[in-house]
Amino acid sequence: MSEIVISAVRDPLVLGEKSYHQITEDVCRPVEGKANKWWWMSFTIAFTCMCWGICSLAYTIGNGIGSWGLNKTVGWAWDITNFVWWIGIGHAGTLISAILLLFRQRWRMSINRSAEAMTIFAVICAGLFPVFHTGRPWLDYWMLPLPNQFGSLWVNFNSPLLWDVFAISTYFSVSLVFWYLGLIPDLATIRDRAITPLRKFIYGTLSFGWKGTARDWGRYEEVCLVLAGISTPLVLSVHTIVSMDFATSILPGWHTTIFPPYFVAGAIFSGFAMVLTLMLVARKVLGLEEYITIQHIESMNKIIMLTGSIVGVAYITEFFIAWYSGNPFEAYAFINRAFGPYWWAYASMMTCNVITPQLFWFKKIRTSVIATFIISIFVNIGMWFERFVIIVTSLHRDFLPSSWTMYHPTFIEMGIFVGTIGLFFTLFLVFARVFPVIALNELKTVLKATSDKSHKNIPHHE
Amino acid sequence: MSKKYILGVYKDDHDILVGAKKIREMGLKITNVWSPFPIHGIDPVIGIPRTRISMCSFLYGATGTTLALLMFWYMMVHDWHIDIGGKPNFALYKNLPAFIPVTFESTVLCAAHGMAITFLLRSKILPGVTASNPDPRTTDDTFIMQIEVKDTDNLEQIKSALKSTGASEVRV
Repeated sequence: MSEIVISAVRDPLVLGEKSYHQITEDVCRPVEGKANKWWWMSFTIAFTCMCWGICSLAYTIGNGIGSWGLNKTVGWAWDITNFVWWIGIGHAGTLISAILLLFRQRWRMSINRSAEAMTIFAVICAGLFPVFHTGRPWLDYWMLPLPNQFGSLWVNFNSPLLWDVFAISTYFSVSLVFWYLGLIPDLATIRDRAITPLRKFIYGTLSFGWKGTARDWGRYEEVCLVLAGISTPLVLSVHTIVSMDFATSILPGWHTTIFPPYFVAGAIFSGFAMVLTLMLVARKVLGLEEYITIQHIESMNKIIMLTGSIVGVAYITEFFIAWYSGNPFEAYAFINRAFGPYWWAYASMMTCNVITPQLFWFKKIRTSVIATFIISIFVNIGMWFERFVIIVTSLHRDFLPSSWTMYHPTFIEMGIFVGTIGLFFTLFLVFARVFPVIALNELKTVLKATSDKSHKNIPHHE
Repeated sequence: MSKKYILGVYKDDHDILVGAKKIREMGLKITNVWSPFPIHGIDPVIGIPRTRISMCSFLYGATGTTLALLMFWYMMVHDWHIDIGGKPNFALYKNLPAFIPVTFESTVLCAAHGMAITFLLRSKILPGVTASNPDPRTTDDTFIMQIEVKDTDNLEQIKSALKSTGASEVRV
C-alpha cells in the first residue's frame, strides 16, 4: 500500500502547485523550444575554449610531452593536478544520485540528473590527462591486460596506476549506464510528446521503446536501487585508488595513510561546489527556480561546509603528523609547502578550502544565491590548488638538493586545461538542450507528498 | 471465446490503485498497467511477483570476482612471474592485498552491466523497439490499466466500477 507521508515540518520540494502535466511541460520546455541568446553565448565561449584545447593536444601529440613544463624533478604537474581535480568534481554526481538515494533523501531528485551528467563529462575530461601524459596515446592499449608479443609480459596488477585504469574505466561505464537507464523513461516522455516525425524517431530510438508497464517499473526501481548500492562503494573506491597513486609512493608529503578519506572528502567538497556553480546558472537560464529551490542550495551548502571542515582537519592533521613523526624529510616537505617558494599556492588553498566554506555557518549566506555562487567558485579554485600543492611542492624539492627546481606551466598545458573546461561546458550545454535536465518522472513520485498543494491541506502544528 | 480487453484510464496514481483493488475483488484479471512513474504498492494488487533481478546482479558480481582472481593467478603467478622491487608474485593468496582494488572494480563492473543488460532484455527495451503503450499520455500524466474480460462478464458493471473509482475514460 502506498502511503503518502506529508511532513508538517519539512518545506515543499517543488514550489508553485504543480500538476504532473505541468512538470512535464516545464522540464521539456528547454528541450523542445529554441535556445536563447544566453545559451548561444555560453556555447560559443565554451566551444572556442574546447578548440584551443584540441589544438594544444594536437601540438602535444606532434611534439611529445616535452612541450609541457615538466622537467626531471617535477615529472607530474598540471596534468595530474587537472586529472584529480576533474575526477573529484565528478564524484558529486554519483554521491547525489547513489548515496542520497540510499539515504532516501528526496531533495536529490531535482538535481540528480544534471549532477550525473556532470559526473560523466568530468570523467571524460579527467581521462584525457593520463591518456595524453603517456606521451604516445596511440599505444595506450598497453595498459590493458591483453595477450601480446612482448614475451608474454602482462600489466602489473600490483601497481596503483593500473588500479586507476580499472577504477576510472569501471566508474565511467557504470555511471554512464546508471545515468542512461534513468533517462530512458524521460526520453520516452519526450518521444510521446514529439510533434515532428524526426524528433519522434530520434527520441523513439533513444528511449529504446520504453512503455512503462508495472513490470518494467518494478524491475527499473530494483535496478536503480542495486546500481545505487554498488555505485556507493565504487565512488569511494575510485578516489581512494586515485589517492593511492600518491599514498603508496615513498615521497614525503605523499605517503600518508590519511590520503584516502581526505581525498574522498575533498572530492565531494569540490564536486558539490561544481554542481552549485552549474545549477545556479542552469536554474536561471532554463527557468527551473521552482524545482531547484533555495532549500536544495542550502542542503548542498551544508554538505560543502561539512566536507570543507573535514578537508581542513586533514590539512592540519598532516601538518601535525609531519612534526609529531619526527621525520625530518616529512617535516621539511610541510614547512616548504607553507613557507617555501610555492607559499602562495598553499595560502590560496587554505583560504579557499578552509576559511570560505565556514561562512556557510550563517544562514543568510548559505541561503543566498549570489554568495553561494561566489563561494562555490572559490572552492573550485581552492581544490585545484590543493592538488597542485600536493603534487608540485612534494616533487620540486627532491632528496638531492642539486636537482631542486621550479615548475612553470607552458602555454600548451594551460591550453589543454582550458580546453577541458571548454569541453565540459560544451557537453553540458548540449545536454541541457537535448535531454531533460530534471528526472521528471522520478520527481512526480514525490510531488504529492511534497508539493505546495499538499502542504496547504494539512494542519500546521503550532 | 475471444479475449477482450477493457482499458481504464485514470488521472491519478492513488485512484488507479483503488480501482485496481476493486477490479481484483470482482474476480477479474488485470493484464497490464501503464504509468508515467512507478506506482508503489500496485505489484501485489495486480499480482506481479517481486522481481528477481537483484539475484541476477549478485551472480554477475560473483562471476566478476572469480574472473578477476583467475586473471591475476594466470597473469601474475602462473604465466609470467614479474619480480618488481624484490617483491615477486609467489602465490595468489600472498599477493592478494594488492589485487583487492581491481577485484572489487571487476565485481562492480560485471554486476552493474550484467544487471542492466538483463533488465533491458527482460523488459524488451532495446534500440529500435517500437513502444507499445496504448496512449502517448501514459508517459506524461495518465495511468491506464488493462483488464481481461470474458464474454460472460458484465461489461456495464466493470465500467461503472472503473468510473466510481475515478477513471476519466473507459475504452473497450
